[in-house]
Amino acid sequence: MRLLKEKAGRTVMFILTVLPTLLLVLMFFGLFRKSRAILALKSFGGLLFSSGWHPLRGEFGLFPFLIGTLWVTAVALVIAVPISLLMAVYLSEYAPRGFRDFAKPLIDLLSGIPSVIFGVWGVLVIVPLVGRIAPLFGRYSSGYSVLAGGIVLAVMIFPTIIHVALEVFSAIPFPLREASLSLGATRWETTRHVVLRKGSQGIIAACVLGLSRALGETMAVLMVVGNVPAAPKSVFDAGYPLPALIANNYGEILSVPLYDSALMLAALVLFIVVQTFNILARWFLVRAERRAE
Amino acid sequence: MNDVRSHLSIRNLNVFYGDLQVLKNISLDIPDRKISVIIGPSGCGKTTLLKSMNRLLDHVDEVRVDGEVLVDGEDIYGPNVEVTRIRKKMGLLSQKPQVLPMSIYDNIAYGPRIHGHRDRKRLDFIVRNYLSAAGLWEEVKDRLHHPASRLSVGQQQRLCLARGLAVEPEIILGDEPTSALDPQSSQRIERRLVELKKDYTVVVVTHILRQARRIADYIVFLYLGELVEHGPAQDVFANPRDPRTRAYLTGEIS
Ligand SMILES: Nc1ncnc2c1ncn2[C@@H]1O[C@H](COP(=O)(O)OP(=O)(O)OP(=O)(O)O)[C@@H](O)[C@H]1O
Ligand SMILES: [Mg+2]
Repeated sequence: MRLLKEKAGRTVMFILTVLPTLLLVLMFFGLFRKSRAILALKSFGGLLFSSGWHPLRGEFGLFPFLIGTLWVTAVALVIAVPISLLMAVYLSEYAPRGFRDFAKPLIDLLSGIPSVIFGVWGVLVIVPLVGRIAPLFGRYSSGYSVLAGGIVLAVMIFPTIIHVALEVFSAIPFPLREASLSLGATRWETTRHVVLRKGSQGIIAACVLGLSRALGETMAVLMVVGNVPAAPKSVFDAGYPLPALIANNYGEILSVPLYDSALMLAALVLFIVVQTFNILARWFLVRAERRAE
Repeated sequence: MNDVRSHLSIRNLNVFYGDLQVLKNISLDIPDRKISVIIGPSGCGKTTLLKSMNRLLDHVDEVRVDGEVLVDGEDIYGPNVEVTRIRKKMGLLSQKPQVLPMSIYDNIAYGPRIHGHRDRKRLDFIVRNYLSAAGLWEEVKDRLHHPASRLSVGQQQRLCLARGLAVEPEIILGDEPTSALDPQSSQRIERRLVELKKDYTVVVVTHILRQARRIADYIVFLYLGELVEHGPAQDVFANPRDPRTRAYLTGEIS
């Protein structure tokens, strides 16, 4: 009887472990099957790199959306990575323990806030702000732009980056820092030459995780980015990232032929890119752990 | 008064972690160019005493230090003391060798570079010189630019010794520097320390009594944060004055 329980328990746990992986595979094939309809008529490369998006005329170029995704993500990373790394370094290497214990949960709390709230904040604060600063750079902007999307996204991903970076730094043994300090190095020298170097793999992982979150993030960005299906030429132009495309149009797809298939293809592309980055991040984290011993 | 001639003197040192007092009114002169060994049961404050000597305690949360630690007559806890300058006077060996995440060469050059040496030839000389002093040169001279983490643990500890020597300290501190090593590597480190005492003042923590007997010139016995007894090694081993020292040496308390 006990043996039976043991066996049953093990089977259940095994299934529960395999399920998420299986789900991923199923999703991949589901998306793939749905996008077959359009891939049968047009080449994958052609769809990816042509820029006309006119569903009624049967043109489904994904290029503007790819570029939109890229721009928003790049802006978000340029803003979020330096700030969050500096914050993580401060919290782990400089801040007194009391402050660290106080700040860490607060930062983690940020990542629990629903996307829509960031979107509203973006519409109310960031969009007007961008509209006002654009003329300083000699451009007109409604404010609904890649820059606004990037800023909102940066705020959303920085808890992820800080969180992972803090884990990485805390895995570095304190005696290693002492070794550097005991040679007469300052804290900053120790941080730069020892902590950051020892943690480099993990820091990359933190950024890649942030990146993959950025790529897939929908709601907040959709609300502030403008959603014009043309490749943006500057950060003040409106953009239209892939997730926004899918979310905005999924309701109306039935009437137009191939529309649903095109959106599924967009989803497939997004899926592959995000999963690739997730795997990459895992890989860097594993390497970082091995390096930290 | 041999105060002034001693590199390292401790006056009425008290250390607290929060409310817990772990060192109680310690006063002690560490003899120059000898090996002083700090012994005592686990948790008696050996590591704390050692770290108080180069202010590594600064980096522990909620620590309070009062009293004086005099290095070359200067109170290192005094106002306006530049802690990096104090630490440069001491090399540290920790329980587990801590190699920096860089090449063998860069590990040794790290300290000198931080203190402003940039000249390539000079650095080459320093690296070779101190690797030899730590007895590691012959084993690594062909792979100076390989990551230091690929060395064996015993080699890593000698690398750490060389790295400490490269900032030209007066004092070498070791916190159970052989506890992670195999017997042969331990022996090598011990031999190096004995050799180095002609130029350096050495302070080593150990919980291995046999090691203390082998290398100590001077014994410092701590018990529950108190300095129970200190004196020349032969005297303390042959003739412990305090009953607690005797009990520890015979293995009754550990
Ligand atoms: N960061 C800290 N915070 C609070 N208490 C501490 C801290 N570090 C050490 N202690 C306590 O202070 C006392 C002395 O510690 P210390 O590490 O100096 O002992 P030790 O003699 O080196 O012991 P061991 O032989 O086990 O290394 C111990 O009771 C320990 O629990
Ligand atoms: Mg100790």
